[in-house]
Formats: sequence, C-alpha cells, structure tokens
Amino acid sequence: MNWIITENNKKINALDIPSISIDEIKADVEKMKMRAVGFFGKKEFDNTRLYVVMADDKVGKLYVTSTLFTPDMKSYESFTQKFPAFHIFEREFYEEFGIEPLNHPWLKPVRQNQDKYPFFEMEGEDIHQVAVGPIHAGVIEPGHFRFMCMGEKVYDLEIMLGYQHRGVEELFLKNNRYNNRLAESVCGDSVIAYNLAYSQAMEALSDSAVSSKAQIIRRVALEMERIAIHIGDMGAVSGDIAYLMGASIFGITRTLVINTLLEISGSRFGRGLINVGGVNFDIDEKMSDKIIEMLEGVAKTVDRTTKVMLKKPTCISRMERTGVVSQETAKSLGAVGMAARSSGVDIDTRFDFNDKWYTSLDVVKPFKATGDVHSRFKLRYKEIKQSIQIVKKLLAKLKEYKAEPIKVTPNTNLSANSFVVSMTEGWRGEVVHIAITGANGELLRYKMKDPSFNNWYMLAMAVRNNGVSDFPLCNKSFNLSYCGNDL
Amino acid sequence: MLDTIKLKYFQGKQYIPDIPNAKMREQFRGLPILKNCSGCSVDESVCPTGALKSNPLSIDLGKCTLCGACECEAIKFSNYYKLSSTDRNHLIVTENMTPEEFEKAAIKSREEIRKVFSHSLKLRQVSAAGCNGCEMELNACSNCNFDMGRFGIDFVASPRHADGLVITGPISENMAYALEDCYKHTPEPKIVILAGACAISGGVFQGSSKLNREFLEKYPIDLYIPGCPVHPLTFINGVLDFITKK
Repeated sequence: MNWIITENNKKINALDIPSISIDEIKADVEKMKMRAVGFFGKKEFDNTRLYVVMADDKVGKLYVTSTLFTPDMKSYESFTQKFPAFHIFEREFYEEFGIEPLNHPWLKPVRQNQDKYPFFEMEGEDIHQVAVGPIHAGVIEPGHFRFMCMGEKVYDLEIMLGYQHRGVEELFLKNNRYNNRLAESVCGDSVIAYNLAYSQAMEALSDSAVSSKAQIIRRVALEMERIAIHIGDMGAVSGDIAYLMGASIFGITRTLVINTLLEISGSRFGRGLINVGGVNFDIDEKMSDKIIEMLEGVAKTVDRTTKVMLKKPTCISRMERTGVVSQETAKSLGAVGMAARSSGVDIDTRFDFNDKWYTSLDVVKPFKATGDVHSRFKLRYKEIKQSIQIVKKLLAKLKEYKAEPIKVTPNTNLSANSFVVSMTEGWRGEVVHIAITGANGELLRYKMKDPSFNNWYMLAMAVRNNGVSDFPLCNKSFNLSYCGNDL
Repeated sequence: MLDTIKLKYFQGKQYIPDIPNAKMREQFRGLPILKNCSGCSVDESVCPTGALKSNPLSIDLGKCTLCGACECEAIKFSNYYKLSSTDRNHLIVTENMTPEEFEKAAIKSREEIRKVFSHSLKLRQVSAAGCNGCEMELNACSNCNFDMGRFGIDFVASPRHADGLVITGPISENMAYALEDCYKHTPEPKIVILAGACAISGGVFQGSSKLNREFLEKYPIDLYIPGCPVHPLTFINGVLDFITKK
C-alpha cells in the first residue's frame, strides 16, 4: 500500500505524498476498512490532483495519498457503488472539477444548479409530494426538503442544499492575515471549533509553539460551546414536542453559558477569542471560579429539568422510536460526531486522535446506541454533564500554567510545499481543515469539511417511515449545519 | 404536575424587565469610541473588513465585526449596544462621537411607520447565506430573557403574514431569487431591516464571487442593525425605537 501515514495537526511534505492510480486507491480503500475524512481536488496547471485522506480511529492515524487526472481523463469508476460513504465527496469533486464518477447511483448537485436538480420521483395513486423551503417557517438557514409521502407517512426525503454557498474556501486563499475572523464566520454555531481547527492548521504549518495555557483556554471555550449548543438543542426538541416548560428553561439556561463566554471574550459566541499563536483573552482565577459556579448551577437545572421531562409519558412517546438510524446505516453513510455516537458508532476525535489535553483528563466517552430522537436527546444530556466535568478539570490544570503567556507571535511564513490535516471535535462532530502550501509558503488549497457534510443523508434516512409531522423533531435532534455543508 | 410547578419555582424570574435601559456586561464590544490621539498612527490594515479608516479616524459599523483587533489608545470599544440607524451613512462613527450623540441622530422614524406598526410588527426573517450566528441571536430575542413579543414584535412563518423582512447574511447568488420572491409576497406597506455586518456590507465575505447583492440596490432599506452577530438587545431596541420613537 502506497500511502503516507501522518497524525492530526502534523505537517508533512506535500511532495512526499504518493501519486498512485485511482484503481489502486479503490483497492486500498477496500482493504483498509477506514473512513474518509478528505476526498478533494486541486488544480495543477491543466491537471487535477485528487487527494484522499482516510482516518484510522482505533490508533489515531491518518493515511494520505493522491492521484493525478490529466485533461484527457474525464471519468473514473465511482467509489460510491461499493462504499456509500463516498457519495457526497464524489458529488462535490465532480461539481468542482468536472471529472465524472461513473455509475454513481445519485450524482446530483451539491451546491450549484439547483434549478436543474433531478429529484427522485415516485408514482402511484396515493403518492404525493411535500416541498418545503428554501425559506423555512422558523428563523433558520435555508435549504429545500422534498418529501415523498403516502398519507402522513414519509417514504423518502430528499434534501437539496447549496443556498448558503459563499465561496469561503476561495476566500481563505486571499489574505492569511484575516483568516481567523473568516474561520469564525464559516459556521456561526461552531465559532470556536472552526477557529481552533484553522489556528492549529496554521500553527502546524508555521512551526509555532503555543503555550499550554492558551491550549487549555481554547479547550475550555470549545467545551462551553458544546454545553451551550446542546442545551439550546434540548430546548428546541422540547419545543417541537410541545413541552414548553422544557423549551423555556433550556433556553434561559443556555443564556447563562453564552453570557459567561461573553465575559471571557466580549462576544456571546466566543468570537475574537482564538488567534493563530494563542488566545486574546485570559481566564484568571476569579473568572475561573465564576465559570465553575455558573456550570454547577447549569448542571443542576439541566439535571432537574431533564429528569422531570423524561418521566412524562407524553414526552417519551414522541421521542422513542422516532427517527431511528441503525448503527449499520450510520456506519455505511460515514456518519460522524454526536449523531453517529447516538447510533452506536463510537468515534470522537478528541479522544481517538490523542489530543493530550483530553486524554490526560481520565473521562469516559459517553455514548448511546438506540439511534432514535430519544437517544440523541439523552446523549446531549450526557455530553453536557461530561463537558462540565472536562471544563472543571481543565480549569484546575490551568492553575499550573498561570505564569505562561496567553499568546506568542506566530511565524508569519508558512512552510513551503506542506500538507496538514487539522481535526477538531466541535459539538456536532469533527471539523476537518486541510491546508496545502506552495513553493513560497503560500496557501494553494484550503479544504474544509463540516460534520454535517456526512450527516445530512443520515437525516434523510431517519425520516423514512415516520410521519411528516415528526420531521421537525428529527431535524432538531440532529441540528445539522446548512452553511457548514454549503461553505 | 407538582414537579413541573417545582421546576418553575426554581427558575424564579429571569426576564429583563426594562429592555430599553437594560445593563450590558462591561466586556461586550459595542459602539467604538474614537479619540484624538497624536501618539500613534492607526494601522488600517489590522481591520479584516475595511471598516477602519485612519485619516480622518472613523469606523464603519456597517462593516465592523466588532472583533477588537484595532483596539489601542485611540480606539476603545464601549459596551454601548444601541447601534441601529435608519441611515447607512450614520453608521460611520467618527472621532470624539459620544454614545449620546450617536443615538440622537441614529434613528429617524417616520409618522406613518409609528401610526401603522407601533403596537404590532410581524417580521419574516430571511437567512440569505447567514452563518447561523445572527439567526441564533434573533431566535434568542423571543426567549424568556428578552421576550420581544411583549412589545408586539414577532417573527412569523409566512411573508404573507408579515409587515416586513429581516435579512441576515451576505446574500449568496443561490438565495437571491428566493429573497426577492419573499419580498414580493410581503403585502404593502412593508419595511426591510438588514441585521448584521454581513447583510449591511458583506462583512468578512465582501468580494466573494458567489454573492449577489442586487436586491439591496433595487429596494429601499429602512433600518440597519449592526453587529457580528447582532445582539438581541441591539435588535429589539433598534426595532422598538424605529416603530415608536418620536
């Protein structure tokens, strides 16, 4: 097997990446039994180079290889036929570079040409379609959903996205200096995760060492983001099953967490906190005590409310066995993050890829395996409790590094001809940033993958055989990102 | 039943009683205060969105993401959160402008707006490539803390039920049609509100080839609410002043 083995946030020489044939890659992928975290192209004069990055979660290693398409090679036999998890990657690659994966079962647009989108059709006397979007009833991002129904029952849901496409990957190549601010705006509910992934990629490329203190503060913020959004989503699920007491209480509890983030960084979502080279705001002992006090209060409220809620038969009956995704389906679709864990796929890049700030904490990975709305709700609850533990332990550790600076001036020159994969486990799942530099250390390609990119199809599978009215509930239990998918 | 009542008891009252005079946390980066400072020259290039101009010193709140990168002796971000304006040009904060001065000239309401909308304003929000930051904050406007509904301001599901549009995001090419369609289906009289730096100027996405901002040239804009993302207090007070202030 001709692949180069690397780790998370470790730069490798881009010229060392092997160039093998696409058939060899396919044969290797079959042997490896790993999941894809990157499958993207890059222009090389007239040619197109396809990079494939596979992740081995068991040992925390990444495998990278590439293949070259000359202008006369216009197609290849698709991977999706054998490995459904590649479906979205191949569609994206086709859309961007025009190299066709032959016999792809559903080669549809990802971000462009929505007016020509070939929807699946179903025929029959009682079959009807329900079309929703792009503008939805609530205050949420745009996307189009097409349900094939018989009566109330959904046979199939097709999700057409791309409305949010802002061309962010191109913008990243423009001016390195402002990219921290740009990274924060890619996906506004994962501000810390995206900014952290970007910063760590740049630090790896520029060989900048960041102080332990800054690393801890970054992870405290990452966990606070997870706590805040999970609480908000539990509120949204409560709202959708008409348990308004839950919706109200979770809503105001989330406010406490994000207001504390505001006290740290000046923004409710932690914007402006992280920069390449460290963090811009310190957490002193007074603030540290304040965070712990706030989180203890939050833990009590969440505990109390969840327990009352899960005692109510009306709540349970709406959540249990609604929107089920089996472990097998989740695995074959390449699902990641919290949604995958709730279906029993035990992956979490915080622990699997040996982030020493997490692995040294001695916490257990929570996971839940029934794959329904109830399991995703319960998993969020468990993850909130776990994250609160993590924050407390991190803050205790922070005291040891009191004397360290919060930021260092990073090297502005990036290493030439380098390649780095940076993965951060945001609340939704792994945020993958891949950067490639050229001969003068300039960014040639910046590729991002949001967990939603893998998981949108999971939502489509979850809705099958449920009532149309359960769709909002399924949707909120995943809470996938539109702009993360569309970039 | 009893446990539900208990839950309510433990929560107590958490709403903000006086929204127009609510106290903002000190750390919040709001209205920048610019001082005449001869000691240093301000570096325009620290600004990610081109909001900062050094000669004469000014910050365009329509572009500013309130990131704080430019903070120095001459530029300080106050926690003053009433940043809305009915005039795009008024969003440019100049040297020695105090919050009072900014607020005084910021919102010029019209008689007909007050007459029609002052007790009830139903808005349709359109996320045109917004990053979900502004969307989450607009949702927060309706939670128990801020409770915007008490002023008769609400978000509704259909443009046909709405008195106006709230646009967030830099307006992508792919959303341009849907946005215009939504505007056309809103009955007259209607208002258009731009919320967030992205909607007002494109924010950090300025210059992207995937945007189509023609809508803003075609139709009149009534209110600009800066922020990145817009803080709920900024939004509610901006809209409230717009429909009630004399």
